[in-house]
Amino acid sequence: MGELLVPFAYDYMVKAMWVSALVGGTCAFLSAFLMLKGWSLMGDALAHSIVPGVAGAYLLKLPYAAGAFFTGLLAALGMAFVRSQTRLREDAVIGLVFTSFFAAGLLLVSINPTSVNVQSIVLGNILGISDEDANQVVIISVITLGALLLTWKDLMVVFFDEGHARSIGLNPAALKILFFTLLSAAVVAALQTVGACLVIAMVVTPGATAYLLTDRFPRLLTMAVAIGTLTSLVGAYVSYFLDGATGGVIVTLQTLIFLAAFIFAPKHGMLAARRKSAAAVAPRAGWPGAGP
Amino acid sequence: MKDGFRVAGEPGGGASADGLAASISVRDVTVTYPNGTTALRDATFDLGAGSICGLVGVNGSGKSTLFKAIMGFVAPSAGEIRIAGLSAREAQKRNLVAYVPQSEDVDWNFPVLVDDVVMMGRYGRMGFLRRPSPVDRRKVDEALERVGMTAFRKRQIGELSGGQRKRVFLARALAQEGLIILLDEPFTGVDVKTEGAIIDLLRELKAQGHLMLVSTHNLGSVPDFCDQVVLVLRTVLAAGPTTSTFTQANLEKAFGGVLRHFRLEGQDLHQDDDLRGVTVLTDDERPVVFYGSRRATDQPRRRGADEEK
Repeated sequence: MGELLVPFAYDYMVKAMWVSALVGGTCAFLSAFLMLKGWSLMGDALAHSIVPGVAGAYLLKLPYAAGAFFTGLLAALGMAFVRSQTRLREDAVIGLVFTSFFAAGLLLVSINPTSVNVQSIVLGNILGISDEDANQVVIISVITLGALLLTWKDLMVVFFDEGHARSIGLNPAALKILFFTLLSAAVVAALQTVGACLVIAMVVTPGATAYLLTDRFPRLLTMAVAIGTLTSLVGAYVSYFLDGATGGVIVTLQTLIFLAAFIFAPKHGMLAARRKSAAAVAPRAGWPGAGP
Repeated sequence: MKDGFRVAGEPGGGASADGLAASISVRDVTVTYPNGTTALRDATFDLGAGSICGLVGVNGSGKSTLFKAIMGFVAPSAGEIRIAGLSAREAQKRNLVAYVPQSEDVDWNFPVLVDDVVMMGRYGRMGFLRRPSPVDRRKVDEALERVGMTAFRKRQIGELSGGQRKRVFLARALAQEGLIILLDEPFTGVDVKTEGAIIDLLRELKAQGHLMLVSTHNLGSVPDFCDQVVLVLRTVLAAGPTTSTFTQANLEKAFGGVLRHFRLEGQDLHQDDDLRGVTVLTDDERPVVFYGSRRATDQPRRRGADEEK
């Protein structure tokens, strides 16, 4: 029993756990939106796009988040801009922009091999995070969560129906820019936790899981955030015993929960779909006289 | 105001709280997209309160561009659009224009219930955090009641039939209380009964002073419920009262070779010397029939018909 409490005796473990939980919750909040629009790969794109920023920041001895945020934002705006100015499809634009940023990052790292610890960018290093970097992660997460809590309803309308959003006086372009700014911020924060390669899971899996479990957006948000927070907390805790990469543990946990939902979800799961196709089609009702 | 199946009438009727009356004025509007195509050139027309206007034209004629321009979604590269005397942006801020999208433009898997969608109509009238007030809840209840969707309010939108889906978005427009309502192909994928119910609702709204702009390629029903018509083909070909605008000559101009054209007269139609004939124009959805005209320029009598022949 005492064995299980050991991680709590170490400051660095406690810090890793709550910082991971905070980042996991923030990313999960965004994941609820991201997967609805078919923009999931945007998260991956951003994670790769911030690599040149991180490399540059370490090179210039600036806070890593500043550099990451700068190139992440640049990439997001670049994608939105190319998208609005051409007839290219979203996926082509994403592929085009993020590979060019990633290439620039690799170039920078290869020219200055000692400036960056490549492994901590790619795999994350939450257990060894410095107080300074941890502070950056916490500030980013808190600001992002706060902004999301204030604007999630507006974002939901924009994601559901841009035409309507405009007709009620919202500015879809500004809200989308806000969303991608927050996404870049969350991706920067997650970089320290799970690394560039697994960030995509943090901003997709919790939302995708919750999507299978509910038809109501507010509930979807709550579930996604709960899944993201808990898996990150437990993942960091378990990684102490497994002595494995924290990011790997967190994402594996998220995948397990997704699989459970995929199979057992009451309405949109695999078993439910089987039951439904076996049952008869529900009757339709007409308009006049349809009231109770 | 609360008796009967439908709750008719809303405060102010066709005039908004700040005393504006519904109108759309489009002056020499040209819309060119960033990729260089000009979808609309020198379009001009005017519409006033208490009217249902049919927006008629072939696919790609610029109908949806015109909608987008009126909603402020695309900015005209030349010309001017005024809504109730205001700019498009100002009109949006005052919730003057409600929009009922085409079914294919909606993500039906989106995790929202019927209730949630209709409540979105009220967002523009809520505070910064979009917390619904009792008034907002009442407006949603009324809107759902009016389109007969109260029993479905807890359904996810993807679980509804084509006609029910349309009614949900109509309810959202009602909840929004826009003076002007734009409807994009409202009859596509909708059963005949619902179509009739939608038209009845539009007529009620018209009587209350609302202005409806309805894009449709359902030609046969246009003379039935539209008092105004705007014909588009990369520009506004003709605009005005249905009786003088929705003529065979204008339709032939708007649809060029796209419409199928049948003319029956003389011995094909009668076994006598009567020279009058029947002209059927159809895009194979619902044809429009012109009776008894010898020439396209004659003043025809028109009626929608459900089946050709």
